[in-house]
Amino acid sequence: MVISPETRTAIDTEIQRYPKKRGALLPALHLVQQDHGYVSPEAARELAQIFELMPVDVMEVISFYNMFYDRPQGRHHVYVCTNLPCSLRGARGLLEKLEAHLGIEVGETTSDGRITLGHEECLGACGYAPMMRVDGNYHEDLDEARAREILDALG
Amino acid sequence: MLTVPHTTSYLSEHFGDDAFTTLAGYRARGGWEAAKKALTKMSPDEVIALVKDSGLQGRGGAGFSTGMKWSFMPKDGDQPKYLVCNADESEPGSFKDRILLERGSQQMLEGIVIAAFATGAEKTFIYVRGEYAFPAEQLRRAVAEAYDAGLLGEKVLGTKFKHDVVVHIGAGAYICGEETGLLESLEGKKGQPRKKPPFPAQYGAFGMPTTVNNVETFSHVPHIVRNGADWFKGIGTEKSPGTTIFGVSGHVVRPGLYELPLGTRLDEIVFEHAGGVPDSRKVKGVIPGGMSMPILPAGQLDVPMANEFLRERKTMLGTGGIMVMDETTCMVRVASVITYFFRDESCGQCTQCREGTGWMNKIVERIERGAGSQGDLDLLLDVAGKMEAKTICAFADAAAWPVQGLLRHFREDFEEHVRQGKCPFSGSFQL
Repeated sequence: MVISPETRTAIDTEIQRYPKKRGALLPALHLVQQDHGYVSPEAARELAQIFELMPVDVMEVISFYNMFYDRPQGRHHVYVCTNLPCSLRGARGLLEKLEAHLGIEVGETTSDGRITLGHEECLGACGYAPMMRVDGNYHEDLDEARAREILDALG
Repeated sequence: MLTVPHTTSYLSEHFGDDAFTTLAGYRARGGWEAAKKALTKMSPDEVIALVKDSGLQGRGGAGFSTGMKWSFMPKDGDQPKYLVCNADESEPGSFKDRILLERGSQQMLEGIVIAAFATGAEKTFIYVRGEYAFPAEQLRRAVAEAYDAGLLGEKVLGTKFKHDVVVHIGAGAYICGEETGLLESLEGKKGQPRKKPPFPAQYGAFGMPTTVNNVETFSHVPHIVRNGADWFKGIGTEKSPGTTIFGVSGHVVRPGLYELPLGTRLDEIVFEHAGGVPDSRKVKGVIPGGMSMPILPAGQLDVPMANEFLRERKTMLGTGGIMVMDETTCMVRVASVITYFFRDESCGQCTQCREGTGWMNKIVERIERGAGSQGDLDLLLDVAGKMEAKTICAFADAAAWPVQGLLRHFREDFEEHVRQGKCPFSGSFQL
């Protein structure tokens, strides 16, 4: 079993909040991912059992949503928003500089497994651009120096 | 970072005050009095009639009458009924629902309780986009406080009315902002929109009658109940009453949020409130209502921000996300960013949308690279035209409109790329 008993209990609590069991699938995927950083094929199979679904039903949900991962990720996710309002204020230049700073390209993870770098569509910070999302936190009104400082401080 | 609106009115008046985010602080400003009035002194039908009379229009983009939407909910039957709060704000250029959650969760919850009472809903699912971790945290705190104070749960405000709220976290998909895509996602599936009819009021969340409203729409409701329909109709325009929170982004001196009456002129928002374009450059074009809405050129900014006026200029209010582009901006680059977004976010269900968004992006990128032909311009319009009004949801239309708008007002930018075989705007933003 890759899903811990504690997480299983939390999933059961979530299931109680929905009129139909499957409503708790997204919450359950979030919980599993919090534990492991991604949803492995084993975890997806166990979730399929819990939710009385075919494994493919769980896999297609994982692949549909940007925030679920089906393979291991860096310890930290760094996403620069490159949608229009951010691009108008230099987001793509910033992203290029962060690629150079980390020595990786968008979509890649640093060799020490510390950071996965990506770009994301609109994150709802259009008035405070450019910005990046580091795990659950927004960092706004960025310049290159500040962005590098934030990345360097990540463990 | 605290990012309260630069101009405020009744929705955001107290957003600068930390106490307002707590139940005690909200109550000290008269919070929850409107819900008390609705639940103890009014009938559900009276609440619906009041909201209908106020003329409140949904603030999530489509602008449909809120009271009318509530009235579609069946009055009889023993099926459970649900409300869904659409907090999946993801229209590029829009960032108002975020502040309404971060600083005004109690206000929104009060609106939800009033709407639930009016429609007979026993439960509300608040669908918050997955990236909004901090707003969701604020909302969860507000929900817990409301339960502890008896404002949610078995006996709301000591009455017989029972209501539960579930905060549901999304996982990153623009299409889940579409109300039936959202319902599918809420049910634990891929967020692919449903065919309509049946509409959510008949067959909504988990197959039950459901009303879906946006965060801001709910937030207006307590003010309407407290101050009356006439008060609300006294703000904004005759057909579009009330305020909204405009988000201004792009090339302006003071980007940010501005709560202003509907009908405030676009040029007033851009030049007076947001300070115009930095370094005395000129405006080239402005997207008035989130990225799906067609752009307006600099000469057409003298328009009141309300649908009845914007429609005359072939665009719409949408979510009130105003994106300003200065004279250095290459509109083919803009088209490239926009078409990439829609290509990336199409749910893939309908052929016209899945294929059309991909081809529009490929054609625009070819033009931007300098490899396009004059025929590509008409090809783009042909593809866009074949995507409109042919799919299950409005996503394909939302992908076609901005391309049509850019070609309507900035065709010369596209032609110049073809003629020169390269991008002629050296100072434009990086792609």
